[in-house]
Amino acid sequence: MKKFSLGKAFVPVVGAIGLIYLLLPIAHVILFSFNEKRGRNNIIWNGFTLANWQNPCGAPQVCTAFGNSIMVGLVSTVIATVLGTMIAIALVRYRFKFRSTISLLLFTPMATPEVVLGAGLAAQFLLAGVEKGLGTVILAHVMFCISYVVVAVKARVASLNPAIEEAGRDLYASPGQVFWRITLPMLMPGIIGAALLSFALSFDDFIITNFNSGTATTFPKFIYVSALKGVPAQANVLASIVLIGALLLVIIVQSVNISRQKKLATR
Amino acid sequence: MAFTAFSGNTKAVEQHPRRQGWVVLLLLAPGIAYMLLFFVAPFIQLALTALQAPAASGGIGQYVAALEFGNYWTALSEYWPHLVRSFIYALTATIIGLLISYPLAYLIGVKVRSKPMLQGILLILVVAPFFISMLLRTLAWKSILPSELIGTHFSVIFGLVYNFIPFMVLPMFASLQALDLRLLEAGSDLYASPVTTFRRVTLPLSMPGIVSGTLLSFIPMSGDYVVASREFLGGTSTAMIGNVIESNFLQTQNYPMAAALSIMLMVIILIMIATYVRKSGAEDLL
Repeated sequence: MKKFSLGKAFVPVVGAIGLIYLLLPIAHVILFSFNEKRGRNNIIWNGFTLANWQNPCGAPQVCTAFGNSIMVGLVSTVIATVLGTMIAIALVRYRFKFRSTISLLLFTPMATPEVVLGAGLAAQFLLAGVEKGLGTVILAHVMFCISYVVVAVKARVASLNPAIEEAGRDLYASPGQVFWRITLPMLMPGIIGAALLSFALSFDDFIITNFNSGTATTFPKFIYVSALKGVPAQANVLASIVLIGALLLVIIVQSVNISRQKKLATR
Repeated sequence: MAFTAFSGNTKAVEQHPRRQGWVVLLLLAPGIAYMLLFFVAPFIQLALTALQAPAASGGIGQYVAALEFGNYWTALSEYWPHLVRSFIYALTATIIGLLISYPLAYLIGVKVRSKPMLQGILLILVVAPFFISMLLRTLAWKSILPSELIGTHFSVIFGLVYNFIPFMVLPMFASLQALDLRLLEAGSDLYASPVTTFRRVTLPLSMPGIVSGTLLSFIPMSGDYVVASREFLGGTSTAMIGNVIESNFLQTQNYPMAAALSIMLMVIILIMIATYVRKSGAEDLL
């Protein structure tokens, strides 16, 4: 009989504990989206109900905040993805003066605590006399999303084989045609990944948002503000919907990838 | 750059960099202008705000440009316990997080590598927390943990560790996934014990992931003000530097104080990162 090995069991056991630790609060959030309303708080289990799911906008402000977060996330993602992709292409494909300075400029926001980024922008808006609101939140989100987009897209650009573009040029494609019909489509998986990351970062950001939103609310800010008196169960419903949607998206993307790889392999 | 590990491993192809002035300018100008306007300028503004003096009118939130370096001294003498506490919390949480994340990353990147389906599921489970608001998850702990624990050093560190585990696991997974398993076999063929193989082969090869994973969590942890705030897992004696900066800026509107604290936080972090990167021999990773 094989001896029980502590070393062999260690990794799976610690890994499983780590996973339970990670997932327990998620289960809690989903479970409490079915909690019956009693008083204002959603901390004690009162009983099972579907009422919150039937009326996810039932609590005041919750859907406004949710909608604001989606809008801010979409607008910031589009701007950050376009600007970041352009920078990533330039950084990998061209040699120019100040190249390392520019890399450092893009890396620094990721190495800066959010509270410093938030306070700096707020100080800047204060000086410029700009009124804080959703507009200033978008300006702030684009700033930190650009860095992550550049990192993600750079890796993809670096893995592109320039010979394919050369082949296009040899076949008399104009620089524009090479870009739109070869370079961009081949970069697409990287760009989509970067956009998803950017949306997730923007959607969940609270610290920078809190410094630059003024009276405007986003979903995380709504939770922060209502934490004191009790977050309504509808917030749990909306959060669960986001999770389910995101997981479905990930699974679809994964299975498309796998079936595509299988197809290529059988060719 | 160490952080590239975060985006997975894509093999670089030999590129032939070209010089084409106007194309580069066209590609870079909008993004760089944006970063100068909304990242560099605010930093300078923060440094200037840290030197402001109260306006003669004396209204709340009224300050004028000055060279009041004493603000730093006031900030330090008043809030040094919060600064020290933040770094102790963040360091402790980073170490505990590393001890939990590394085995998890090893499980996904090495142990189940031969089962892509299982590996995919485990990876999805690790990134799942990204899709549920961090604030809701932190609140969930408030109701899961026994109420006697809330507001203690334990609950704050517990919450910090929790929130940043995915940020640690992903880069470590990326470098462990790239590890050539034949090297481990070679180790055991040469009569190295599993522990020796781990220490001499696996650990050094996964160093890039460890460095970027610990940085990606230590930096945001030290500035975090959600977990330690009283509405979440903190109490009266757990306030971190982020909480102080937030209340000075947004509530009491003492902008110079908030700015001086922010600059100090940033400078201390930069010094710590520089030392850490040098000590871990990972300079070439950045």
